[in-house]
Amino acid sequence: MINLIGFELSKLFRKWRTYIGFLAIGVLVPIVQIVLHYEGDRFVNMALRSVQQSFMFDGNLLNGYLIGYLILQALIIHIPFLIVLVGGDILAGEATSGTYRMLLIRPVSRFKIITSKFIAGIIYTNALLAFLAFMSLIMSLIIFGSGELIVFENILYIFATDDVFWRFGMAYGYAALSMSTVFALSFLFSSLVENAIGPIVATMAIIIIFAILSALNFDALKVIRPYLFTNYIADWRLFFRDPVEIKEVINSGVVLVGHIVGLYAITLYLFIKKDILS
Amino acid sequence: MSDEKVIEVKGLTKKYQNLTAVNNLDLNVYKGDVFGFLGPNGAGKSTTIRMLLTLIKPTAGDIKIFGKPLYANRNEIMRKIGAIVEKPDFYMYLSAFKNIELLGGLYGVDTSKKRLMEILDTVGLAHRHKSKVKTFSHGMKQRLGIAQALLHDPELIILDEPTTGLDPQGMKEIRELIIMLSKEKGKTVFLSSHILREVELITDRMIIINKGTTQIEGKVSELLNAEKITVTFELESSDSVENVIAESSWGNKLKAREKNEFIFDVGAEDIPAMNSFFVEKGVNVSAIIPKRSLEEYFLKITSGGAV
Repeated sequence: MINLIGFELSKLFRKWRTYIGFLAIGVLVPIVQIVLHYEGDRFVNMALRSVQQSFMFDGNLLNGYLIGYLILQALIIHIPFLIVLVGGDILAGEATSGTYRMLLIRPVSRFKIITSKFIAGIIYTNALLAFLAFMSLIMSLIIFGSGELIVFENILYIFATDDVFWRFGMAYGYAALSMSTVFALSFLFSSLVENAIGPIVATMAIIIIFAILSALNFDALKVIRPYLFTNYIADWRLFFRDPVEIKEVINSGVVLVGHIVGLYAITLYLFIKKDILS
Repeated sequence: MSDEKVIEVKGLTKKYQNLTAVNNLDLNVYKGDVFGFLGPNGAGKSTTIRMLLTLIKPTAGDIKIFGKPLYANRNEIMRKIGAIVEKPDFYMYLSAFKNIELLGGLYGVDTSKKRLMEILDTVGLAHRHKSKVKTFSHGMKQRLGIAQALLHDPELIILDEPTTGLDPQGMKEIRELIIMLSKEKGKTVFLSSHILREVELITDRMIIINKGTTQIEGKVSELLNAEKITVTFELESSDSVENVIAESSWGNKLKAREKNEFIFDVGAEDIPAMNSFFVEKGVNVSAIIPKRSLEEYFLKITSGGAV
């Protein structure tokens, strides 16, 4: 199995589309960092305007943690686009190019092939998140230095310098789980068709529709909201509350893991039964 | 050829809703055979090959390969098979070397540079081993397809129309390679082709299928001998010649006439006697063109002729 995963990763990281996500993050994050370097103070003052009459702020507020938080908040919405570019292609791409035939006549079971592809995709997803963490948090800490983190979400939270890094670690871990769910969905769609465009569009369409349904504040939609995985995708923010609502985090995490396992199981079932006609 | 069956198929059937692609097909391939698998487009050849390689699940029927049920022993059996299914497709963004290195790795065989270069050299691609496959011509991809099929030194080689799209020289090279694999290395070869002359040149035994069912199966030499041939005599063109023929015992063998070409349904052994007959009658014979090929036989059968 390890050989197979290596085989899949070897193919994956030799495709140019695999690097689109890294390239996008590698370009976007420095742009945001440069902009905040010049306009960051104005941004912080504007954000804290409503509370500055009651509190006095001192120290390095525009620090690496704040910038890391802002970038994570802004970019995590768009990361699914980058994930599905690879996830939608991972099986459909083999069908399009005809290499399914080459692959599936080897003395390797379909279970192993699907599982290795799935794991390779999850590794890619996590690598992209790790790169985002490096660019947005580590680089920001290097450039802007450390300090207290101010988070303003209905309630103003101020986290001490030594109380922040672990929160980012957990938040990125949770974000990786969210993005793995997106990958698992695109992986399922990718197994159904012979062209990568369909899975990419279908996955994004589902994410957008579910996200809108999650956001609309109608009573009638409250019934279905718990069943929409998009409802849990942004729960990495739970780690930036005090205290962290562990029960809610676990509940959201279990829903996402359930989705990942369920989507993988459906893909496996369909793929094992599939006639390879491409 | 031995009596040991390498492929044994009984009652193989594949249905897609209202379409029956393969219907109750039986076939046997023996160790050391070069087995020709013939049929027109849509006959069910590729579907059968895909079932033999577990790409498609049969609706009914049994497949045994190397004496063992295919699906119960899939991985063990596939380890001993090398195949090209339809056109060989590779990872276009990888080099030829990387492609076979990765595919070879799935068999757990020696993928050292020396070994892989030997394989590439066998199919004449060693000098292009660093080139990405997307720069390859169709013929080069076909040869790389053969290379990947031979990577793990398989006992059975299944080739689905391996010379499609090749130029005459390329076809000749592939034919010679198949013959070498059979004669020198003792491989069993299952060859699907629509180029019937090629099958006639290479194979020992054959089956012709049409609309998913077996039309005929047997040794190529026996099937050919069982067929009468057509002989075209180019004679001096005059009405008297036609009268001469009509009054002779050859009259009822005359199949058609086109200008000075007289086409007879006869046996090969009749040609000398016919030639002597025309010479005795003072008729000038400018050419004798016998036609006996698997192609005519194949066309006759697949067009709904005698079976």
